[in-house]
Amino acid sequence: MSRPTDLVQGTLDLLILKIVALEPAHGWAIAHRIRQMSGEVLQVGQGALYPALHKLEQNGWICSEWAVSDNNRKAKYYTLTRAGKKALEHESAEWERLAGAISAIVRAV
Amino acid sequence: MRWFDILRMRLRSLFRRARVERELDEELRYHLDRETDFNIAQGMSPDEARFAALRDISDIELRREECRDMRRVNWIENAIADMRFAARQLRKEYEFTTTAMLMLALGLSASIAIFAFVDAALVKPLPYQDPDRLIGVFEKLEPQCRFCNLSWPDYLDWKRMNTTLESLDVYQGRGFALSTESGPQRAPAARVSDGFFRTLGVRPALGRDFYPGEDRAGAARTTILSYAAWQARYGGSSAILGKTVTLDRDPYVVVGVLPRDFQFAPVGQADFWVPLQASSECDLRRSCHGLYGVGRLKPGVSVDAARANFVSIARQLELQYPASNRDQGANALPLAEVIVGRIRPILLVLMAGSGLLLLIACVDVVGLVLVRAESRKREMAVRSALGASSGRLLAQLVAEALVLVAGGVAAGLAGAHLTMRSLSSMLSEEVLARMPFLAGAGWTPRVLLFAAAASLLCGSLFAFAPGLRLRSPHIRGSLAEGSRGSVGTVWRSLGSKLAVAELAMAVVLLVAAALLSQSLVNLLRVNLGLRPDRLVTVNVAAPNAKYATDPKAIALGAAVLEQASQLPGVVSVGLSANGAPLTHNGNTTWIRILGRPWDGGHIDVPEREVTPAWFSTIGAKLARGRFFTESDDSTKGGVAIVNQAFVRKHFNNGEAVGQNIGRVSIKTDPVEIVGVVEDIRQGSLDDEIPPIVYRPFKQSADTFFNLVARTSQDPGALIPELTAAIRRIDPEILTLDPATMQDRLERSNAAYMHRTTAWLVGGFAAVALVLALVGLYGVIAYSVSQRTREIGVRMALGARTGMVYRMILGEAAWLTAAGIAVGLGLAAAVSGLLRSLLFGVSPWDPATLASIAAVLAAAALCAAFAPARRAASVNPVDALRCE
Repeated sequence: MSRPTDLVQGTLDLLILKIVALEPAHGWAIAHRIRQMSGEVLQVGQGALYPALHKLEQNGWICSEWAVSDNNRKAKYYTLTRAGKKALEHESAEWERLAGAISAIVRAV
Repeated sequence: MRWFDILRMRLRSLFRRARVERELDEELRYHLDRETDFNIAQGMSPDEARFAALRDISDIELRREECRDMRRVNWIENAIADMRFAARQLRKEYEFTTTAMLMLALGLSASIAIFAFVDAALVKPLPYQDPDRLIGVFEKLEPQCRFCNLSWPDYLDWKRMNTTLESLDVYQGRGFALSTESGPQRAPAARVSDGFFRTLGVRPALGRDFYPGEDRAGAARTTILSYAAWQARYGGSSAILGKTVTLDRDPYVVVGVLPRDFQFAPVGQADFWVPLQASSECDLRRSCHGLYGVGRLKPGVSVDAARANFVSIARQLELQYPASNRDQGANALPLAEVIVGRIRPILLVLMAGSGLLLLIACVDVVGLVLVRAESRKREMAVRSALGASSGRLLAQLVAEALVLVAGGVAAGLAGAHLTMRSLSSMLSEEVLARMPFLAGAGWTPRVLLFAAAASLLCGSLFAFAPGLRLRSPHIRGSLAEGSRGSVGTVWRSLGSKLAVAELAMAVVLLVAAALLSQSLVNLLRVNLGLRPDRLVTVNVAAPNAKYATDPKAIALGAAVLEQASQLPGVVSVGLSANGAPLTHNGNTTWIRILGRPWDGGHIDVPEREVTPAWFSTIGAKLARGRFFTESDDSTKGGVAIVNQAFVRKHFNNGEAVGQNIGRVSIKTDPVEIVGVVEDIRQGSLDDEIPPIVYRPFKQSADTFFNLVARTSQDPGALIPELTAAIRRIDPEILTLDPATMQDRLERSNAAYMHRTTAWLVGGFAAVALVLALVGLYGVIAYSVSQRTREIGVRMALGARTGMVYRMILGEAAWLTAAGIAVGLGLAAAVSGLLRSLLFGVSPWDPATLASIAAVLAAAALCAAFAPARRAASVNPVDALRCE
């Protein structure tokens, strides 16, 4: 397994918002899903994940509640809020713009 | 999520901390378990799986801290913790804490209390409508009378001819005999022209204002009551409107009551306000000046423009009425200036003094804080080594400063409140009548703002002074160096600068206090031209209607003298009309010196009518000629006595006795000068004595005069008998303001003002001196503690105790010399501001400056002696071993 790629600064928020937008999830599931969906390319360390989650919650973009998880234990589930949905749209658009700009340069002959 | 949800989250993070922490733990544990399960599912052994998960989550504490950071509550929690820690620290070092807080409280309470008075007198606008447009209007007589009163005919012309004022009115303070059931009573009153209250923009609280035309002779007599008089005399009943009161035997109908907060300082307390119905001889004569003008400027017109306007009107009148208006100019200045002009320099000096005191206190506390920071260098270094950021260290210092300032401010506010109260209670009724605005000193929003600003300033000073030091790169180094780092020398130079600054400021205050008290001493030592001990005086006012003719007034005077001289203990008695000794009376007369070419001009000179024994009773000294005798009466030719100032001015110090003076007309009865008396103080103690003419009471009597009696025992004890004896002659006679001459001297406005200023500034200076010495002591003591090792080495190498003394005292002497030099320079630069408050002493009085320097030098060396002795008693072996 090659070394996971470091996340571009600020993109973690976008990824979390996106994952949570699909369905409410707890921290481990979010990390796991990012790894899965990126085809094991992106790996989020817990050291980055939880502070990011708490920050997003403080920002009011996600909210949390305790619920019973698939393995029958209580886990903290994060849900996207309305403000979070807006933020997600904004961040995605920003990402598209940035990615487009970078690839335009990289692919230039 | 709305903002209040965010707020709820934050508050939850802050106040339900335990729960939030528990949830965080649980969340991280869940993650760990899931990761372990996942790893096992991937084929690892349970141990391996757990280890991998743990490795992944590495440093769980740090993660937690990061999560907390993300919740942004850390700084609040830290702040609370810092505050708690600071309070604990300060409680532990309660000596330092109380000293610092006390100093701060002293400085704050003095400056806040003084500012309250400054606010009441100088900042708060006068309680009239658009007070900025109100001006005082005066006649001007160069050089002796720049703000002189107007005559009624002049006023009418000024009012008619001016183009710069919306309205011009006049006022005059006076007293009435109010008839009451228990006999006549003295009632302070004021006569005003009809539009007076409209000009001020004041409406009666009850009833009506004076109608236009109500001030003309022959109009019905009406009066408006002051609120206080309405309450005190008539029980605040509105039935008073339309009732008649009897003033000086004339009936007046009460038509109104003034608002409760109405005040008009220039006439002091006035119970009855009556329209100025000009009818007396003086009222109608153009050369009889008794009125002061107050006018409202038209919008956009400046005071200067109005003054110029009146000057040109006065010049016109001078041409038109040369007999009466010769040399009568005009003057105008803002009404606020008329009212607070005299007290402004005093208040500003007090404000500056208390400000300096606050500054010294702050510097002192900064010094203390710095010394303390110095002694905690090691603690700070340890914390820094353990990972505290310099921001956190600074936050700790700021927290301590805040706790310190909070305590100081709380004590300072309480102190300011008490100071204000006690200063207010020291204002006598007389002073309040003259300056009613001072009663408004209190916690106004402006005063609170000032208090907040001053506290904030101190707070930031204390918080950031040690912080600056903290930025020094040596902070970590000091862990290794222990207590003798380079930072010590940095502080020593800063600390000594602070000490020099404090000493300099103390010098400024001391010089000011010394000059002011020297002025007070000069004032009380001023040559009065009379012996004030065992003198008692009382004013006698007889009803005009009964005693208006000269023979009747002379007979009354004789009766009063007779009654008074028969009292036991009375040695001699005299009467004087137109003013008691030491009181100011503007009544002047116009004379010319006969036998000299006359161009129609006049000498404007105060005239007093006295009985023969008056001079000897007060203890005046005859310079030349003779005093009056009983035979100088209306059957003989006119005689006069002049004072030495008169001789200096009008006879060039030559022979005056035998010369004749007379009225300002071609044909005049000559009045012979029969004597010259040494100058007797009239009016204010700090005014120059004007030339005065004395005439025999029997040749020019009056119904209002002052009785003065010399007694063989305590003069104060005689007052009740004296007034009773006078009123026995006629119960309608009023006896006013009985007092001993000594009381009168001490209560006089000039003495009061000088004394108050001298005491307050003296108090500030004393406190400043103590604070500065404490500051100096701190610096020297710290320096000694820093140099213990050095001193030990020196002594081990053979230095004598004397040399150690010399070294330490030398350091103190340098600082003191620098402080004194800077202070004297500053004092010389600013003492010009004091000039208007000084009497008989120059602002750069070398003797004063030298004695202050000497006192401070001696005090400073005393303060430095204790640390020097400690240094000299250092045991070299201990000193070398202790590190």
